[in-house]
Amino acid sequence: MSIQVTPDLNQVGVVSSVDTELLSLYQTQSIAVQEPELVSLLQAIRDRAAETVQQSKIPTTRDEEWRFTDLSALKSVNFQAASSSKPNLAALESLLLPEARSRLVFVNGVYAPDLSAVTLPDGIIASNLDGLPPAYHSQIKKYLAQLPGAQEVFTALNTAAIADVAIVWIPKNIVVETPIHLLFISTASNTPIVSQPRCLVVAESNSSVTLIEDYFNQMTNLEAEETEAEVGEAVYFTNAVTEIWLAENAQVNHTRIERDSPEAFHIGKTAIAQARDSRYTCTAITLGAKLSRHNLEIFQTGEQTQTILNGLTKISGNQLADTHSTLALNHPYGTSLQQHKCIVGDRAHAVFNGKIFVPKPAQQTDAAQLNRNLLLSPKARVDTKPQLEITADNVKCAHGATVSQLDDDEVFYLQSRGLNATDARNLLVNAFAAEIINQIPIPSLQQTLLKTINL
Amino acid sequence: MIVENSGTVLSVRDLTAEVEGTPILKGVNLEIKAGEIHAIMGPNGSGKSTFSKVLAGHPAYKVTGGEVIFQGNNLLEMEPEERAQSGVFMAFQYPLEIPGVTNLDFLRVAYNSRRKVQGLEELDAFDFDEIVQEKLEVVKMNPTFLNRSVNEGFSGGEKKRNEILQMALLEPKLAILDETDSGLDIDALKIVANGVNQLATPDNAILLITHYQRLLNYIVPDFVHVMADGRVITSGGKELALELESRGYDWVLEENVSEVGAK
Repeated sequence: MSIQVTPDLNQVGVVSSVDTELLSLYQTQSIAVQEPELVSLLQAIRDRAAETVQQSKIPTTRDEEWRFTDLSALKSVNFQAASSSKPNLAALESLLLPEARSRLVFVNGVYAPDLSAVTLPDGIIASNLDGLPPAYHSQIKKYLAQLPGAQEVFTALNTAAIADVAIVWIPKNIVVETPIHLLFISTASNTPIVSQPRCLVVAESNSSVTLIEDYFNQMTNLEAEETEAEVGEAVYFTNAVTEIWLAENAQVNHTRIERDSPEAFHIGKTAIAQARDSRYTCTAITLGAKLSRHNLEIFQTGEQTQTILNGLTKISGNQLADTHSTLALNHPYGTSLQQHKCIVGDRAHAVFNGKIFVPKPAQQTDAAQLNRNLLLSPKARVDTKPQLEITADNVKCAHGATVSQLDDDEVFYLQSRGLNATDARNLLVNAFAAEIINQIPIPSLQQTLLKTINL
Repeated sequence: MIVENSGTVLSVRDLTAEVEGTPILKGVNLEIKAGEIHAIMGPNGSGKSTFSKVLAGHPAYKVTGGEVIFQGNNLLEMEPEERAQSGVFMAFQYPLEIPGVTNLDFLRVAYNSRRKVQGLEELDAFDFDEIVQEKLEVVKMNPTFLNRSVNEGFSGGEKKRNEILQMALLEPKLAILDETDSGLDIDALKIVANGVNQLATPDNAILLITHYQRLLNYIVPDFVHVMADGRVITSGGKELALELESRGYDWVLEENVSEVGAK
């Protein structure tokens, strides 16, 4: 037996050159918009972000925010810009939601008009940038890449590479009756590709809309049986950013589903601005990717906002799924209710970090946070950290975290009623997951997801 | 009731079992025929609850010897769910709470698993609802319980009634009621006992495991067995229970220790 000595790749010099490679990814993506006014707007936004990227480093586990999430595997892959491969509509059929009459489809981050379908009353906008009526052009710059947190390295990387934007714009006083489905498809390929989808939602005052933001790998989800082995090799990197602006008294119900290939990398930012009296609900389901990170950031810009955050992570194998949420309350009378659950099997590793800031002005805030974890194997791991910073003195804030395993006695109880051990375990895991999945306002999607949860 | 020439439902011979290496059952013998109601009484730690769990197939208990024949089949070779599917039912001393699963769904899954084995078509939610509404009467249960999570937030009495409701739906050949009476007030006890009496037929058998004679005023057993130190040390008719109530367990223990010693 011989012992091989490998050079230490963690030497500073090596790391920085790998960093540069990943951080130069934005340069490969060109603007996919025709309208000259928008092109110059995008170019300005991209240039600013590129400057930020050039001054940034890829975080390491020495950074507190990335303590448990090691990005070296991501850095070691040589990603290419996506080629223009496109699935056909028939292949997408099983992913379409009967409840959602409108959908925008992006393939590897590029708008696919022939796969999209929009059936919405006049005045409601769901399109890519080119489809945006000229009257809105000047307004875009008030919103796009304007939320705090835009300096974060992966958000800046996405911004520096904006090629197009999925836009949903709901005018004042309009209630959109049917959900809008935003599908971001990655197509499997032999060369690792990167796609950086961007989404902007503006809900004007008193408007209401239901959105489903859906990330998946075409092959894994469509022809699972036959192509499973092949898809196992499908390495790609999705770096997504979604910004949602809720004006006064607006309401947005947002479902975010990440079901990327098991070898994929997914880093996603969901940034929300909530004006006074607005109501925002996010139900985030994380199922896929070898390494995923969801940064969920809510900024309250006025009083009496309501924020409901539901999260479910179900991972197995060697998956790592990290959710970092930040809720910044700066005004009085806000309420927030957060429940994040993780189901972790095999040697998988889930991370939850939930920050809630309640500074002095945010009096009468009512905030609750609960993180519950179910470990299905002795090697499964969860790192959880509720982080409440409260300086206001007249508020109600509660938080808690639990870690448990499937209870043998519960399994036996179900077996003694005739269920076999597998069905019994499935029923218990499903019940744990259902509490979150049932919050999704789309029955067909609830059904699909509950089936996915089975062990 | 004792039925002439009825078939044997359960036959236990020299059953020994241990938990984490500690012997608990040290040679249990018991014969139950169709139509009969048996009661096993005994002081705490005598092994009565272990006996019921071994019969139901709890994985924490290891059978080390003896045999258990249920309707001609070797019960000990069967998985817990196979025992349930073939007609063994145990009402739990501490029914578990299952948050997130509605009682109705749970009952339907259990009901259908039994039907599947019987070669019958599984019932959908609609057809099942009709059946369950009817069975609710047996334990005087409010239909709103069906839409709550299994046993979650139920009172002690409600949990035990829910167990009997499951028994009513599953129509077992052998029902083992593990301390179903403990912790119940008299009103709840009457409802539970009345439910069990309605479910007793000449074709099935009931095994009551209890610490208190009080239950036997409402469910009258055909046979009473006293268990101590992992064995059935004496058996008799229902009058044995009354004697135990008035004299306690000590006299049985003393008499039988000398008897065992004499053997």
